[in-house]
Amino acid sequence: MARLRLATVWLGGCSGCHMSFLDLDEFLMDLADRVDVVYSPVVDAKEYPEGVDLVLVEGAVANEDNLAMIRRVRERTRILVSFGDCAVTGNVTALRNPIGGSDGVLRRSFVEQTDRDPQIPFAPGVLPVLLDRVTPVHSVVSVDLYLPGCPPPAPRIRAVLEQLLDGRPARLAGREIKFG
Amino acid sequence: MEKNELVSLVEAERASRRPVQVRVCTASACLASRSREVAGRLRSAAGRAGMVDRVDVREVGCLRLCSAGPLVKVEPEGVLYERVGVEQADSIVGAIGGGRAEARIGDPSGPFFARQLPMVLENSGVVEPERIESYLAAGGYGQLDRVLRELTPEEVVEAITRSGLRGRGGAGYPSGLKWATVAKMPPGRKFVICNADEGDPGAFMDRSVLESDPQRVLEGMAIAGYAVGAEQGYVYLRGEHPLTIHRLRLAIDQARRLGVLGSGIFDSRFNFRIDLRIGAGAYVCGEETALMASIEGRRGTPQPRPPYPAQSGLWGSPTLINNVETLANIPAILREGAERFARIGTASSKGTKVFALAGNVCRSGLVEVPMGTSLRTIVEEIGGGAPEGRSIKAVQTGGPSGGCIPASQLDTPVDYESLKALGSIMGSGGMIVMDDRADMVDVARYFMEFCRDESCGKCIPCRAGTVQLHRMLVRIRDGQATRDELHRLERLCEMVKHASLCGLGQAAPSPVLSTLRFFREEYESRLTGG
Amino acid sequence: MSVHTLRIDEKDVSARAGQTILEAASENGISIPTLCHLEGLSNVGACRLCLVEVAVVGGGTRLAAACVTAAAEEMVIQTDTDRLREYRKMIVELLFAERNHVCSVCVANNHCELQEMAVSQGVDHVRYDYLEPRCDVDLSHPRFGLDHNRCILCTRCVRACDEVEGAHTWDVSGRGTLSRVVTDLNAPWGASETCTSCGKCVMACPTGALFHQSSTVSEMIHERTRLSFLVDAREKKQWHA
Repeated sequence: MARLRLATVWLGGCSGCHMSFLDLDEFLMDLADRVDVVYSPVVDAKEYPEGVDLVLVEGAVANEDNLAMIRRVRERTRILVSFGDCAVTGNVTALRNPIGGSDGVLRRSFVEQTDRDPQIPFAPGVLPVLLDRVTPVHSVVSVDLYLPGCPPPAPRIRAVLEQLLDGRPARLAGREIKFG
Repeated sequence: MEKNELVSLVEAERASRRPVQVRVCTASACLASRSREVAGRLRSAAGRAGMVDRVDVREVGCLRLCSAGPLVKVEPEGVLYERVGVEQADSIVGAIGGGRAEARIGDPSGPFFARQLPMVLENSGVVEPERIESYLAAGGYGQLDRVLRELTPEEVVEAITRSGLRGRGGAGYPSGLKWATVAKMPPGRKFVICNADEGDPGAFMDRSVLESDPQRVLEGMAIAGYAVGAEQGYVYLRGEHPLTIHRLRLAIDQARRLGVLGSGIFDSRFNFRIDLRIGAGAYVCGEETALMASIEGRRGTPQPRPPYPAQSGLWGSPTLINNVETLANIPAILREGAERFARIGTASSKGTKVFALAGNVCRSGLVEVPMGTSLRTIVEEIGGGAPEGRSIKAVQTGGPSGGCIPASQLDTPVDYESLKALGSIMGSGGMIVMDDRADMVDVARYFMEFCRDESCGKCIPCRAGTVQLHRMLVRIRDGQATRDELHRLERLCEMVKHASLCGLGQAAPSPVLSTLRFFREEYESRLTGG
Repeated sequence: MSVHTLRIDEKDVSARAGQTILEAASENGISIPTLCHLEGLSNVGACRLCLVEVAVVGGGTRLAAACVTAAAEEMVIQTDTDRLREYRKMIVELLFAERNHVCSVCVANNHCELQEMAVSQGVDHVRYDYLEPRCDVDLSHPRFGLDHNRCILCTRCVRACDEVEGAHTWDVSGRGTLSRVVTDLNAPWGASETCTSCGKCVMACPTGALFHQSSTVSEMIHERTRLSFLVDAREKKQWHA
C-alpha cells in the first residue's frame, strides 16, 4: 500500500494544536513509517503540493493569506480535518470579531491600546491583510472531519490518525468531541 | 341610570335626527387624510346654505373603502363621495336634494359593497363611535338587556355553541366550547379579556371595529361576562393605536355613566366592569398567556399550556379570552338567533369574516364576507384585481404566521380548514395581495425579519432560530447561498416550527414553507454552485 | 394519592399525580437532557432540550417539553428518537452561534453545562453563522461578575433570585436575541439596591456568565445542587429543632 501523503497547515492559531501533535511522542515514529509528511510547519516545504491525502488544518481563517491557502489546500487534498477549536469554531482567533472589521481591530490594538507611537502597521507584500471577520474553516471550504479541542489532546489526534491510516472512515464520538 | 331614562335618551336621539345625514368617515385612514376637517367644512357649508335644520353632519366610523378616502356618504340619498377635499364641501352640500356635486362619486352598489355582508360591521360607518346615544339608537345594548331579562347564563353559552361561532383571532377554536369551559369552572373570581392586540403587518380589522363601533365590543364582553360568571373585563390593546384607545376610553366612560356597565346593569343583579390595559406594542403579547402576563404587570412572555386560560388564567382565575371580532359577533348572533347565524358560511366555518384587504389591489379597505367566499371574489371582484393591468401572483393571509397562496388557488373558499390545507391560516384577517412583481423569497425574508424582531426571546428555537433563518433568506435572495444552505434552511424551519414554545415561533417558518411549496423555483434559481 | 402508569422508551413506569414527564423519567433512570431546568427552581420550558415525543391517539406523535408536561395515564413517550436528537443538536448549535462562547478561555471551562451538552448531543461544529454580538461584562459587583458573552438566557438566575432568595434582583430586558439579563432596572450589578449578594444566581448559572471575581480559566465551579438543598431544607423544615 502506498504511503499516505500527510500535510499539516497552520492558519490563524497559536500553534498549540501542532504542539499537541508533537505530543504524540513515540506514535510519531509509527507515523513516520506509514506517511510522507509533504507539507507542514515542521518540515521544509515551501509550496503546498498536489495530491495530498490528508491534511490537519490548525487555525481560523483570519487574513487573505489564510483564505488563499485554505482554498488551495481544499483543491489539492482528499481529506481535510479541521484541527482544533480555532479551525472548528474560530475560538480565540475570532475573539476580535465583535470589535468590528479589520480597521477597528487594528485601531483598537495599535492606536487605542498603545502608550507610545501609535500607528497602524502597513507593509504590503510583507504583512497579510486582515479579513474583516475571522471565520472557522468550514464556512469557507468543505470539511471532512472535525477534531475540536484547545488544543485537541494527543490521544484524540492519534485516534483520528489511526482510523484514517487504517482506511476507515474516521469518527469521533462521546468525550472525544469536546470544545475547549 | 334607570331604564326609562335610557329609553327617553334613545327617543331624544332619534328625534334629534334631521332628514339628511352626511356621514363622514373618521376611522384612522380617512382621519389621516384630513376627514375631520372635511366634516367641519361640511358643517359650516350647511350653515352657510341655511340647511342646518335639514342636514346633520355626523362623524362615523369606517366606511370601508379605505383606498378612496376620505369618504363621505349622504343618506338617505345613498350617495358616496370619494377622496373628498375640504374645498368640495360647499358643492357636496349644494347637491343635497338633487344636483351633482363637483366631487368624485363612488358606487355604493358596485362589487366592493354588493359582495359584502356586513354583520360585525353593520354599524360601521353608520353610528358615531364617540357617542353612545348613537349606538343605543341603533338598538345597541338591546341584546344585553334582553339576555339579562330572558336568558340564563347556560342558555347564552348554549346559543353561542349552537351558532357554531369560532374564534376570529386566527386559530378558530369553537367559541361556545371556550365559554362553556370557563362557565363550568367553580364560581369565584373570573375574567373576560378582549384581545385587541392586533399586530400583523397589513391587518387593521380589529382596530377598525373598535374605532367604528366600540360599544358593540363592550356589549359583547358584558354578555360574555354574564354567560361565564365574570364581573371584570379587560380590553388589551396597543399603545401605538391612540385613536382606538381614545374611543374605547370614551366608550367605557359613557357606558359606565349610563349604567350599561357597572353594578346592577339594567336593574339586574349582574355587575360588569371593563378596564383598558395598554400594551407597549410587543407582537407576542397577542399570544394569550403573554397577554395575561402583561396585564398582571409582568414581562409579556408566553407560558406553556396547559393550564389553559379557561382553567387558570389571569391571576390564576378562569379567564375567557376572545378576539375583538369574536366579541363583536355576539350581539348580532343573539339578535338574529343562533340558527340564522349558523346558516351563513360553510359547514365548519359559520358566519362572516372581516378582512383587511391591502397590497397590490385596486380597491383596498375593510371587507366583510360570508365564510366560504372564494379568495377570487374578495381579491378580484371586491378588490378589483391588481392595478395597472398587472396580474395577481399571490395572496398572503394570516400575517407572519400565515402563508402565501398562489394565484392558481384563488378559487379556494375562505374557511379555517381550506386555508390551513394550503399551508396558510385564516389568521385574524390580514390579506395582502401581491402582483407579478413580488419577489417571494423577499416576502418570506420580510416576515422572518418581523418574527425575529418580535420574538420574545424566551425559547431558543424562536429566539436564535429566526435570526439564522433570516440570514439564510437574505443570502438566498442575494444569490449567495448553496443548495446545502437551502437544505439547512428547510431543516431549521422544521425544528423551529415543532420545537418552539408558543404560536409565534411555531408559525414563524410558515411564510417560508408556503413560498417554498408554491414558489420553490424562485429559491432554487438563485442558488450558487459552491 | 393517585398514580398514573405510562410508558417511557418502551419501559412501563409509574408517576404520582402532578409529576412531570421529566420527574417520572428521572425516577426511573431515564435521562432527558435539560438546560433551563434546575432542581429547586420552577420550570419554564424555555430551552426545549427536554422535548420528548408523545404518541397521539390516532397515530403520530406530538412534541412536549418534559419539564412542564404532566405525566398522564397511558401516555406513550419516546425520549431519544432521531428527530429529537437532530432538534437537540440544532438547539445547542444555535446557542453556540448566538453569543461568544469560547470554551478555551472561559472561567467555566470543564464545568459548563452548555459545553457538556455539546458533548452529549454530538455537536462537533456549528452549522450556523456565529452572530458575534458585542456584549458587556459587568464587574461592578465587589464579588461577582456577569459576562453577557456567555449567557444563554436560561433565566435560572432570575428564578433563583426571585423564588429562593426572594429578592427578584434579576430579570430580562429587551426582546428576541437582543434580550439581556439585568439587575434591578438595568442598573450596574454593583449599584443594585435589591441584591443581597447571596450568590444564588452564581450557583445556578449553567455557563460562565455569572462567576466569582478572581476566578480564571476553568476555575469557576458552580454549586448548582446547593439550591435544591436549600429549598428542600426549607420546605421540609429540616433546620427546625
